[in-house]
Amino acid sequence: MNSLRSSFSNLPNALETVAAWFLALFWIAPLVYAFWAAFHPSQYAVHFDIFAPLTLDNLREALSRAPFLRYAFNTFILVTTILFAQLVLCTLAAYAFARYRFFGSNIAFALVLVQLMITPEILIVENYGTLARFDLIDTILGIGLPYMASAFGIFLLRQAFKSTPKELEEAARLEGCGVFGVLWRVYVPLARPTYIAYALVSVSHHWNNFLWPLVVTNSVETRPLTVGLGIFGAPESGVDWSIISAATLMSVAPLLIAFLLFQKQFVQSFMHAGIK
Amino acid sequence: MSRNIMRHVYGWLLLTPAAILLIAFTHYPTVATVIDSLFSKGSAIRPSRFVGLANYAMLVDDPIFWKVLTNNAWFALGTIPTSILLAIAMALLVNRAIPGRSLVRMAYFTPTILPMIAVANIWLFFYTPDIGLIDQAAGWFGFDGHNWLGDPATVLPAIIVMTIWKEAGFFMIFYLAALQNVPPELEEAARLEGSTRWYYFRRVLFPLLMPTTLFVMINAVLNSFKLVDHLFVLTKGGPDNASNLLLYYIFESAFSYFDTNYAATLTVILLGLLAVMALMQFYVLDKRVHYR
Repeated sequence: MNSLRSSFSNLPNALETVAAWFLALFWIAPLVYAFWAAFHPSQYAVHFDIFAPLTLDNLREALSRAPFLRYAFNTFILVTTILFAQLVLCTLAAYAFARYRFFGSNIAFALVLVQLMITPEILIVENYGTLARFDLIDTILGIGLPYMASAFGIFLLRQAFKSTPKELEEAARLEGCGVFGVLWRVYVPLARPTYIAYALVSVSHHWNNFLWPLVVTNSVETRPLTVGLGIFGAPESGVDWSIISAATLMSVAPLLIAFLLFQKQFVQSFMHAGIK
Repeated sequence: MSRNIMRHVYGWLLLTPAAILLIAFTHYPTVATVIDSLFSKGSAIRPSRFVGLANYAMLVDDPIFWKVLTNNAWFALGTIPTSILLAIAMALLVNRAIPGRSLVRMAYFTPTILPMIAVANIWLFFYTPDIGLIDQAAGWFGFDGHNWLGDPATVLPAIIVMTIWKEAGFFMIFYLAALQNVPPELEEAARLEGSTRWYYFRRVLFPLLMPTTLFVMINAVLNSFKLVDHLFVLTKGGPDNASNLLLYYIFESAFSYFDTNYAATLTVILLGLLAVMALMQFYVLDKRVHYR
């Protein structure tokens, strides 16, 4: 009787497991399909045959039609420049907000938070004009500049710095640390999880960003992967489907592989970043 | 005394580098956009001049403006509630010990880290008439092909389905985080009381997840106004603006029609909408604090 009851109450659980797996398969299918198309000759694009020959021709063809390696290099330079500048600028500003109750700090903080809502790509018209005045159109620095002072980064780091015990700062001061010594030896090391979370969110955001880089760039030397891919995949370009799939996978591969390797870290970072 | 002054000096010095960039790319352009919206479009022979609210009058009479605004509303309505329900379902499904849990969670989350451009590239082929995957599948069941992205009636729903695929997994992680904070005694108590699991979800779990739902909802609405990348690949806003969205229309006005003053006017509307939502967020988050 008891065992019957328990197996009966296990039924919904089993059903849920099946549902979870079914939904997962359904959810990953578009991506699996892109892999299928990218590594098979184009006549197999909608013809699913287990024995279809595998090929790298689509990748080769995509590489020969557009300089994806150069785009990848540009993206790499772009995200590292942005991240480096963000870490420096946001650390300094967050330190000011967390530890110096300076004149006007509340108003200044409110003004910083405005950027959470009004992100630079919404102001494309004016920001394009600003870049043009400084002769920064079609430069990687130009793509990155509007994002370097990130309200989100300042906000996250300020939270982290605020939760650092004041006693540690006082101890460091007694040891003879100055303003930057305290920041570098006490606050920054203790905020490590926040830095990692912010870095992952920032890198994936700027790896994937499209609209603003599209507006700013117009040459192979500056174009990031997303923009290159956007031009490549536009319907009027008339490129074969399998080749587009290959190009798409190449563009997302670095981030996708990083995600698969550090899945837990990624998910936790997005969670950490979203909730605080 | 001197330490007191130093506090202000250090505070401002530390803030200055970030402040310069924030002012240059957020505050100054916001103000400049409002000013530009009050001037006429300049040309070589006729310089731009102050026209008051003339651009706004033009905007009210512009059928495309109303079209993109309605599209934005449908886009938000079509994507957000479904994404949230799916996200809750996903979170509940992977919140318990099931075989292969981390693989399942990965499958749900992976679309989130792809760029919208790549997602659009992948889905473009699904929607291609006749040779695309959906039409092929429909063909096996004897249905005719359909130009999903070329038909004004189906283009927005097609884009909505794609966006749900991209976003649901992202919202899921917020629900997963929230579920971790729900004490397991609640479910036990509910079970001892003999309530069904559906009842437990409806009367206990869902209300407990309400703050998360509000948080996700507001961010999703904000996001829905910023999400236009896919239009560049899929439809260019067409056919006949059936899939056009406000930010894409701003882009077109500025960089295809070179009417930066009209683009500024459209941007002011977008800024206004975002400001309203920001105020709502403050109000909602405020309530959330009292609620706890």
